[in-house]
Amino acid sequence: MKRKLVTASKSVKKVDALSMATGRALYVDDFQVPGMLIGKVLRSPHAHAKILKIDASEAKKIPGVVCVLTHKDVPRIPHTTAGQGYPEPSPYDTFILDNKVRYVGDRVAAVAAETRDAAERAIRAIDVTYEVLPAVLDCERAMDPDAPKIHDEDDALRIPDADRNLAAEMGFTIGTSFFEKADYIFDRKFVTHYAQHCPIEPHITMAYFDEQDRLVIRTSTQVPFHARRIVAQALRYPLKKIRVIKPRIGGGFGAKQEVLLEPLVAALAVKTHRPVKIELTRAEETSASRTRHPMVIHLRAGLKKDGIITDLDMDVLSNTGAYGSHALTVACNTGSKVLPLYRADNVKFDAKAVYTNLPVGGAYRGYGATQAAYPMECLIDEMAERIGMDPLEFRKKNHIQEGESSPVFKQLGEGREGVAQTIMSCGLDRCIDLGAKEIKWKEKHGGDKGKGPLKRGVGVATLMQGSSIPGIDMGAASIKMNEDGSFNLLMGATDLGTGSDTVLAQIAAEVLGVRTEDIIPYSSDTDMTPFDVGAYASSTTYLSGMAVKKAAEEVKAQILKVAGQMLDVDPTGSKLQDGMVVLPNGRRLTLAEISLQSLYILDQHQIMGSSSHITTASPPPFAAHFAEVEVDTETGKVEVIKYVAAVDCGTAINPRLAEGQTEGAVLNGISYALTEEICFDSKGRPRNSTWTHYKIFNAAEAPPLKTILVPTWEPTGPYGAKSVSEISINGPMPCLANAIYDAVGIRLTEAPFTPEKVLKALRLKARGRRTD
Amino acid sequence: MKLQMKLNGQQVEWEVVGNELLLDLLRDRGFHGTKRGCENGDCGCCAVQIDGKTLNSCIYLAGQAQGRAVTTIEGVGTMKKPHPLQTALVETGGVQCGFCIPGIILSAKELLEATPNPKETDIREALDGNLCRCTGYTKQFEAIKNAAKVLTGKKPRGSKAASGGGK
Ligand code: FES
Ligand code: FES
Repeated sequence: MKRKLVTASKSVKKVDALSMATGRALYVDDFQVPGMLIGKVLRSPHAHAKILKIDASEAKKIPGVVCVLTHKDVPRIPHTTAGQGYPEPSPYDTFILDNKVRYVGDRVAAVAAETRDAAERAIRAIDVTYEVLPAVLDCERAMDPDAPKIHDEDDALRIPDADRNLAAEMGFTIGTSFFEKADYIFDRKFVTHYAQHCPIEPHITMAYFDEQDRLVIRTSTQVPFHARRIVAQALRYPLKKIRVIKPRIGGGFGAKQEVLLEPLVAALAVKTHRPVKIELTRAEETSASRTRHPMVIHLRAGLKKDGIITDLDMDVLSNTGAYGSHALTVACNTGSKVLPLYRADNVKFDAKAVYTNLPVGGAYRGYGATQAAYPMECLIDEMAERIGMDPLEFRKKNHIQEGESSPVFKQLGEGREGVAQTIMSCGLDRCIDLGAKEIKWKEKHGGDKGKGPLKRGVGVATLMQGSSIPGIDMGAASIKMNEDGSFNLLMGATDLGTGSDTVLAQIAAEVLGVRTEDIIPYSSDTDMTPFDVGAYASSTTYLSGMAVKKAAEEVKAQILKVAGQMLDVDPTGSKLQDGMVVLPNGRRLTLAEISLQSLYILDQHQIMGSSSHITTASPPPFAAHFAEVEVDTETGKVEVIKYVAAVDCGTAINPRLAEGQTEGAVLNGISYALTEEICFDSKGRPRNSTWTHYKIFNAAEAPPLKTILVPTWEPTGPYGAKSVSEISINGPMPCLANAIYDAVGIRLTEAPFTPEKVLKALRLKARGRRTD
Repeated sequence: MKLQMKLNGQQVEWEVVGNELLLDLLRDRGFHGTKRGCENGDCGCCAVQIDGKTLNSCIYLAGQAQGRAVTTIEGVGTMKKPHPLQTALVETGGVQCGFCIPGIILSAKELLEATPNPKETDIREALDGNLCRCTGYTKQFEAIKNAAKVLTGKKPRGSKAASGGGK
């Protein structure tokens, strides 16, 4: 199975990078369509209110205003904005526009005007009468009997218990002897916060009618096919009249796995029969698009003296905000991507997602595993310490290994039962060893931290994720051959800046024995390319890559057949290399010769192939992260001195791009752990929606990051590949928490680790109190 | 008003309205390599060089460019003839979604014009007004170092890691 790879393990240049670096690449807003209207959204100033009256008469009088839409002007069809496969596991609790608002920033009305200025003035001129309702601003109070009911509409569908503000619920129990064999029991509550993806390009969608009067939606999305389906559903518009195109997009990180603007922009276009675009402002992007679900996670664990973990009991309360987008699946993922990492006889999981009158949660890189790796890895650290075992040894002793399975895989899937699987590749021990060496673990962990106010410490976290959603995700690709021996590769898979067009072209090139530049990738256009669920759940390389490989293999078989006909020999055993067919007898034919024959001369036909791929496996990539921090005990400031991520992603089809995925995820994770947090006032209004106040790390602040790729061979993946994009965002929070503990002896159980929290914990410690 | 400026080496004369931002003007005229990320001076993806200094065009009135020389990403290099910074960013993998890249290149260009042999701290400082959410900056630092070597003649110009080639 394992073989030497020519192209599918090389750091070839990203196929679209030069056009981006020269400013040529076209993102949504770079298309100029004549007569484009600018759309703007009026947003709620209240966390929870009924809309009693909307008077848009003044707004409509403003010169240049073409259309104002309120809930009375759009179809009232419950749907979800979660860009998931059909049927979506998220509740249908959203309307394009509604007669109620459920968080500060919720949509009230939309305007389309000739200029931005006119649109903004119109928004201000709309007169709305609200009946302000009591709001739920604390997720731990959301299920109280007297809590206001956020979804009291009677036409929402699939909300498990709207009376109790319950948006999702899932749980399982494995084993019956909880905490009976444990010598030590650990019990801690961890809290994570509101954070946003911050793609540098905010959400932007344009819609216009083409010369056939079909509705074209050009949009910054990770899910073009789901966008088409959900627009058709929410607008009751014929799907065949909609074409969704994803051009270059400026990052997504999960925020754009959301069909957020498309139905509204389409509604404006349909109403005006004009081209319309809406681009979110940065403030809207931060607090009125999607966020990472904040969570309260209660983790209990049982441990024997000999270092065997006996019990894991995880209780998750996820705050999904005003709408239940991804509520169930993110909550499920907290268990399914974290609990299987360690063996335990008794495992219990209980997750609830509740509505609040705060911004809406969504898909965010890591997808719940980020929130849950934090308690898990901190508790693992504590367990190792309790029995005096090195945290690295402790992890090696307890983590899942190649050939092993976990009952959790079967118990817990994406919003439903999962799929049993055995680990076929695991390089975690090697990740731990190489990472430890790079950070100098032996010299730096534990020991005397010196007398001065600056203390250094090192920490570790080990991680797993998945590769696609088994039994649910599907990707497809088709390939056709051109006269010069080049190939068009058409695929639904969605490159959101990740480099998947490149990686998938490399996979095709490997099969077809050509250079990557002989493959012309075109992706994510619902009229032109086959289906793909889109870019999420770490699926593209693993799942769509397999579809590409199978399509290329079909093309290869056809090429060999033509070669055999041309030379009148049996082509069995021929190879494709360097743009040629090499027959067993040593004769060679160029691909151009073969293509010309097949198109024009001999048994004329188009050499082409297509394939779909689904999978019943979701092989986890593994990673060991290490950090060295310096804590200023006088100011509470935490500085990351160095960060090391050792990652087993199977074969890295493009090592540089895999490193880049890791480094981007790590820095995002560090900034999530230390500085990023959307804060709210007592009325639920976000206080820091611009980057001046919502701090993401810039180049000057970024610590030195070191990525170590640890190759393994995953037999179910294309050329041994697993996923790489999400896993590394899960590491920094626990890794830094553990490093801070090593430095100054405080266990931080509430993120982010701001100077104030660090100082407070240091003071409690000085007074001999528990710090959590 | 009539705005006269030198844009990427060409004299232009454009009609602008009073409070028009340079970012909007450039984008409307097809110079779409200058990106809009925050309109608040925070992210740097709208950066252009004005008389050799890198500035955020989202907080710069078009009228202020009267009589000045403005360079946008389109004036730095082309796909046929890329600037060494562009080549290096492509080769190192410093480009992911690419949205921050025009701004990063303009910041780096200003740095290398003033400091041909920058240390990593110089590079970090030069980029501290540019946000990139994709890369963690690591490969961008590497790219700028490589480009500096090419520009100072310490490294041959042109692409080494050809597509399909090794790491
Ligand atoms: S768009 Fe100008 S600094 Fe962000
Ligand atoms: S490459 Fe995406 S923001 Fe920098």
